[in-house]
Amino acid sequence: MSEVLVLIDHVDGAVKKPTYELLTIAKRLGEPSAVFIGAGDKAAEVAEKVKKYGAEKVYVIDDAQLKGYLVAPKAEALQQLAEKTSPAAILIPSSAEGKEIGARLSIKLESGLITDAVDVQEGGVATQSVFAGNYTLTGKVTKGTPIITVKPNSAAPEESEGAGSVEEFSVSVSDGAKTAQIVAAQPRQATGRPELTEAAIVVSGGRGTGGNFEPVEAFADALGAAVGASRAAVDSGWKPHSFQVGQTGKTVSPQLYVANGISGAIQHRAGMQTSKTIVAVNKDEEAPMFELVDFGVVGDLHAVLPAATEEITKRKG
Amino acid sequence: MNIVVCVKYVPDATADRQFESDNTVDRVGVDGLLSELDEYAVEQALQLKEKAGDDTEVTALCIGPEKAVDAVRKALQMGADKGVIVTDDAIAGSDYAATSLVLAKAIEKIGSPDVVMCGMASTDASGGVVPAMVAERLGLPQVTLASVVETQGDQVRIKRDGDTATEVIGGTMPLLMSVTDQSGEARYPSFKGIMAAKKKPLETWSLGDLGVDAGQVGLDAAWTTVEDTTARPPRTAGEIVKDEDGSGATALVEFLASKKFI
Ligand SMILES: Cc1cc2nc3c(=O)[nH]c(=O)nc-3n(C[C@H](O)[C@H](O)[C@H](O)COP(=O)(O)OP(=O)(O)OC[C@H]3O[C@@H](n4cnc5c(N)ncnc54)[C@H](O)[C@@H]3O)c2cc1C
Ligand SMILES: Nc1ncnc2c1ncn2[C@@H]1O[C@H](COP(=O)(O)O)[C@@H](O)[C@H]1O
Repeated sequence: MSEVLVLIDHVDGAVKKPTYELLTIAKRLGEPSAVFIGAGDKAAEVAEKVKKYGAEKVYVIDDAQLKGYLVAPKAEALQQLAEKTSPAAILIPSSAEGKEIGARLSIKLESGLITDAVDVQEGGVATQSVFAGNYTLTGKVTKGTPIITVKPNSAAPEESEGAGSVEEFSVSVSDGAKTAQIVAAQPRQATGRPELTEAAIVVSGGRGTGGNFEPVEAFADALGAAVGASRAAVDSGWKPHSFQVGQTGKTVSPQLYVANGISGAIQHRAGMQTSKTIVAVNKDEEAPMFELVDFGVVGDLHAVLPAATEEITKRKG
Repeated sequence: MNIVVCVKYVPDATADRQFESDNTVDRVGVDGLLSELDEYAVEQALQLKEKAGDDTEVTALCIGPEKAVDAVRKALQMGADKGVIVTDDAIAGSDYAATSLVLAKAIEKIGSPDVVMCGMASTDASGGVVPAMVAERLGLPQVTLASVVETQGDQVRIKRDGDTATEVIGGTMPLLMSVTDQSGEARYPSFKGIMAAKKKPLETWSLGDLGVDAGQVGLDAAWTTVEDTTARPPRTAGEIVKDEDGSGATALVEFLASKKFI
């Protein structure tokens, strides 16, 4: 069976959940090989984690000479690895960076690229959700090595023991790839809540919060949810842009999405319409968001959410 | 300075967007316009020009059907100096790879730009990958998804909300840049701008003008194929309750519990 390269999604060696989803998907296409671009001294630790989800091989590309640059060197590294291993497919997390790596790699390898897949089945048939979630599309790569970027929550991670044999792979990076440099980076402050794109439940607030996110956050915490926001809430400075759900923010596809004081503009829907269950609290019964919901409450979020939070806390005892 | 801003003509997102029977986007049946997100790119290109001085030239470039010229016109009305539209029947149905090829060839023909400016993503395909592909084809560094753009001579610094951190990225021109909707409101065309646009140079190029072979682009040459498009079934109407004296909260919690979210 051919190898399937899976680019590990991690922050300083801490492996993120979408990696396991990608490995699970990779097993449908061939033999998963995880690719770790990061600090060499974290490799053993990372290998331990990914082998539990079926990684037969773990290629370690020490990032000493890649770190601090943007996507171009990573695309060169993957190109060299792909040329050596002739994989059946290359799976990359569909983050902003992942998509750009895929884009450059696609041109380098003269291979087709599918972005934002929400599912990939045997034979490399990928499913995408387009036009603000109004259409589902299936497609395939027809040229070269399929490169597919896959969104978080696209598969339930399945454990299965792989060999996890570690292989160092050294790459040569051109000077041209190093011309755009990260001058400074301020890691996002940990919120103590699940990550927005990975969370099973997302509770969002919009202009209807009037800037008071307290009820939204308390409700989110009662459900163990991530907190999101509409662009109106972000533009008002109530929440940082990293909280924004929608066309120009994050796309989320959780089991449950709760929209509070959000009208349901097309650009917001684009980021949440594929959520499995949708709930809204809005004082305007005409709000377009109600067209999407499984359950809706017409009411003031400042009254409904605190009462609901209290009730949940009581039930949990 | 030479700036090329890539603007896409897209079906109106507020209209009922559809696919054709060959699974390509219906670009005729639905009214189109300059992609909203590319207005931000035009704005930043114009701001770079205003800062760098009058010998800077901003060229708006679009690949699309004939009526896509509207997107270029809008950019000219906003203040771009020149427009180029590449249109050719053979281009219909092109994927990212072919689109980026035609864009790269057209940019080369326009002449060596100091900055290629793009939007963060198109509002139809919303792949957000064409800029990186164009950069790869032109051998340019990329500084993408900028929310703040600063320049000093040929030095560029952008701020952006990365996947896990807020970052400052530095680069030296020539480079490719893409900007987000956080980069600052785009200007409206003024009456004067609309009048002036009518006299600005606007060229129409075909594949032949770019030396691109028709076999390299279009649906048949695509590196990916769409096998099926299905309209999402409308969501079944949900239950909606009115909150009266706390009844809403109770009903909400009941619903969440029945779905095992609590
Ligand atoms: C290019 C572009 C990109 C965009 N990208 C995004 C994006 O990524 N994400 C996004 O969200 N938007 C985006 N937008 C903006 C979008 O069009 C809407 O303007 C935005 O989503 C509105 O946010 P909102 O629903 O919070 O505010 P509003 O539309 O003002 O709605 C507020 C809602 O709160 C309700 N309300 C008020 N008070 C209460 C109360 N006490 N209790 C309960 N309900 C109350 C009101 O009835 C109303 O329905 C984009 C727009 C453009 C042009
Ligand atoms: N057909 C096109 N003509 C001109 N520019 C384009 C075209 N397609 C994409 N672009 C540019 O690439 C950006 C990202 O597009 P996409 O990768 O399709 O989301 C857009 O915001 C435009 O700046």
